[in-house]
Amino acid sequence: MLLRLLRRTAVFLASLGVSSIAVFAFMAVLPGDPARVALGVNASTSAVQQLREEFGLDRPLVTQYGSWVHGLVTFDLGNSYVSSAAIGPQIADRMQVTLWLVVTAMVIAVLIAVPVGTLMAIRHRRLSGVLLSGLSQVGVAVPAFLAGILLITLFAVRLRWLPANGWTPPVDDPGMFLKQLVLPACSLAVVQGAVLTRYVRSAVLDVLREDYLRTARAKGLRPGQALIRHGLRNAAIPVVTMLALQLATLLIGAVVVERVFVIPGLGSLLLDSVANRDLIVVQDVVMILVVAVLTVNFLVDLLYLVIDPRLRTGAS
Amino acid sequence: MSQLRHLRKTAVAMATLAVMFLAACSAGSSSDGDSSEGKANASLNIGLTAEPASLDFTKNDGAAIPQALLYNVYETLVKVDQDGKIVPALAKSWDVSSDRKTYTFELVDDAKFSNGKPFTAKDAKFSIDRVKKDWTISLKAGMDQVDQVSVSDPTTLVVKLKQPSNDWLYRMTTRIGAMFSRTGVDELATKPVGTGPYGFSKWVRGDSIKLTRNDDYWGDEPHFKTVTLKYFKDSTAENNALLSDRIDMIGAVQSPDSLGQFENNPKYQVIEGTTNGEVMLSFNNASGPLQNKKLRQAVKYGINHKAMLKTCWAGRGKLIGSMVPPTDPWYEDLTGRYPHDAAKAKQLIQQSGQADKTLRLRIPNLPYATACGQVVKSQLEQVGLKVKLEQLEFPAAWLNTVFNNADYDMSIVSHVEPRDMPAVFGDPKYYTGYGKPAFNSLLQKADQGTPAEQKKYMQQAATMLADDAAADWLFTLPNLMVADKDITGLPKNAISESLDLTQLGQS
Repeated sequence: MLLRLLRRTAVFLASLGVSSIAVFAFMAVLPGDPARVALGVNASTSAVQQLREEFGLDRPLVTQYGSWVHGLVTFDLGNSYVSSAAIGPQIADRMQVTLWLVVTAMVIAVLIAVPVGTLMAIRHRRLSGVLLSGLSQVGVAVPAFLAGILLITLFAVRLRWLPANGWTPPVDDPGMFLKQLVLPACSLAVVQGAVLTRYVRSAVLDVLREDYLRTARAKGLRPGQALIRHGLRNAAIPVVTMLALQLATLLIGAVVVERVFVIPGLGSLLLDSVANRDLIVVQDVVMILVVAVLTVNFLVDLLYLVIDPRLRTGAS
Repeated sequence: MSQLRHLRKTAVAMATLAVMFLAACSAGSSSDGDSSEGKANASLNIGLTAEPASLDFTKNDGAAIPQALLYNVYETLVKVDQDGKIVPALAKSWDVSSDRKTYTFELVDDAKFSNGKPFTAKDAKFSIDRVKKDWTISLKAGMDQVDQVSVSDPTTLVVKLKQPSNDWLYRMTTRIGAMFSRTGVDELATKPVGTGPYGFSKWVRGDSIKLTRNDDYWGDEPHFKTVTLKYFKDSTAENNALLSDRIDMIGAVQSPDSLGQFENNPKYQVIEGTTNGEVMLSFNNASGPLQNKKLRQAVKYGINHKAMLKTCWAGRGKLIGSMVPPTDPWYEDLTGRYPHDAAKAKQLIQQSGQADKTLRLRIPNLPYATACGQVVKSQLEQVGLKVKLEQLEFPAAWLNTVFNNADYDMSIVSHVEPRDMPAVFGDPKYYTGYGKPAFNSLLQKADQGTPAEQKKYMQQAATMLADDAAADWLFTLPNLMVADKDITGLPKNAISESLDLTQLGQS
């Protein structure tokens, strides 16, 4: 058990190190000079050179990498090349926005997936189950940006029920915040909900076939009670795992959805910074996303060690 | 399976709930249409496409910062009006000495900065001196002509130039002429302090900049209490925002093809004027096959400008024929110099001896460039040229390849700076690789002469560029605005660096 734990932790830390090198290397080979982009088309070579020195871009790559990692570890994310503002607070602001979006989408996805998936499992041999199953396949195939464009066209431009895009912080105007959150969260939830629905379906199907459910029924519980009391908890384990692993897809989906709905979240910051060659911001944002995804995966691993007795005893 | 009936009921109920939730996703109704409020607190939302990277245009290039702040938050001594004329602003009047080297400005006496300090000639001197001292953007070179600035009294400023320069006074209408408070330059990137009709109040990065009316303004107070500039990444999102009442107007339409939906709708008005943006098919005059003048001329004869404009920019914009937009005093229509003539183009290609060369057309991935790039390529192929079209990400990759390394034969880019003929063609090291001494001497004569001489020599310089086929000018970008019907005072032409909000009102 302890050995496994150590091994998992070592893998986790190594992945962090390797990804930081990869992120940095990608930025280094990206064509375009941050100093030139900041100074624009009329700048003299000497001015560009001066700014490069100011940014520390003239130092050897190893030194640049070292100081960046040192900054990350000491929670100093540095300053933007373009606006010279501190990056930490900017990322924190944007992160809030993206979290609202991702968490709301997740909640919507779960609220759709659990009942629909359960129904699909119970009716898997009947037409209604097959139809729902087909519908969920369609949902899986619709990319979030397409869902977003369709929702905007219908609900904002045609029906004018909801704003087409934009963002209002919840403290400023809760009503407007909710109105603007609905469409982007729904477009992000379509894919996630569909994927999750299929997971719920197979998890519930597995549980329905288990002996203990028959035992529970034999003890006089009604089928619904049996499933809810004994089945759903067991079905929940693979579903929760899936939910955690979907975080990565959700974050990537959020980047696209934020673009479509003009939402100032982490995704917009990332895309803008790439365009402006604000490389230090790009590195920081990507690294934070990588850390988030790796950490969740690591925690899921640990959870499995705790949950699954077969892993704990060391017997394979 | 009958024992599962209850279970099914439960699940059906749950599924119904889920469907209801989906419906709730699309419930609620809203219309943010402003009720017509009085002048006291009317607000206006304007959609724009390029967000500033910072609020400090002394250190950051990029047209988006002065677009938002110049004339609105920061004022200049003189400004450009809708016809391209230089008119008074913080300077009531000015005199030029007979040797054209000394400018004496009479300043207004009741202007105040948003930090409460009065604006005086000392602030004006401070601002002009600061350009040379603390600014980093390349445009600061516009102040190189200044020899010394002196303050005679609180409302009189005297500026001595090293040599006569008409261009210098014009540059004073741009961002380098902005007037700063001596005690208000510590936080330029986040807290601009100016004398303008609007004060800066809030910037939500990635979303919007909010300006609030300055109730202490020395001039005529603007109509709108708050103006919010909302930034969009693409024109579809911007159009949707207007259609769903999130914004009241679009400041600069980036997709002329989409105008139809607004023109046929009585709710909106569409305005078309001109800009300073010359969309140019630039040639590499310094290296590669286009060093050959006959080949450059062949390209110019090979392009059917009218057909091209119709295809790639919905026929909107103006054909110019040289590096002068229609609102400059020395503008002449030079489109007749190279009429579309396929036979002549083919003949010149043969004479050039470069018929077998492939021309690399390397364009930025900007809307007008991608649209027109395809048309240019196919038109040139029709007269027998080989063209390889490559798109480069703008700004970074395009700047690197085309602009820095001049690793290209042709490109398409809009040069938006006002009066930029000297900047784009005066320097042989610039990416266009032109900079002929004869051309530069015309520019110098124009800059140092009387207004009449300036006009004459600038016209000669523009004609020289056209005749030399230093580039091909596809068209000038139109200034296209869409707004709700009741908005008045829209600036028809966008020919200064500013989106001037001062005249906007409501009927």
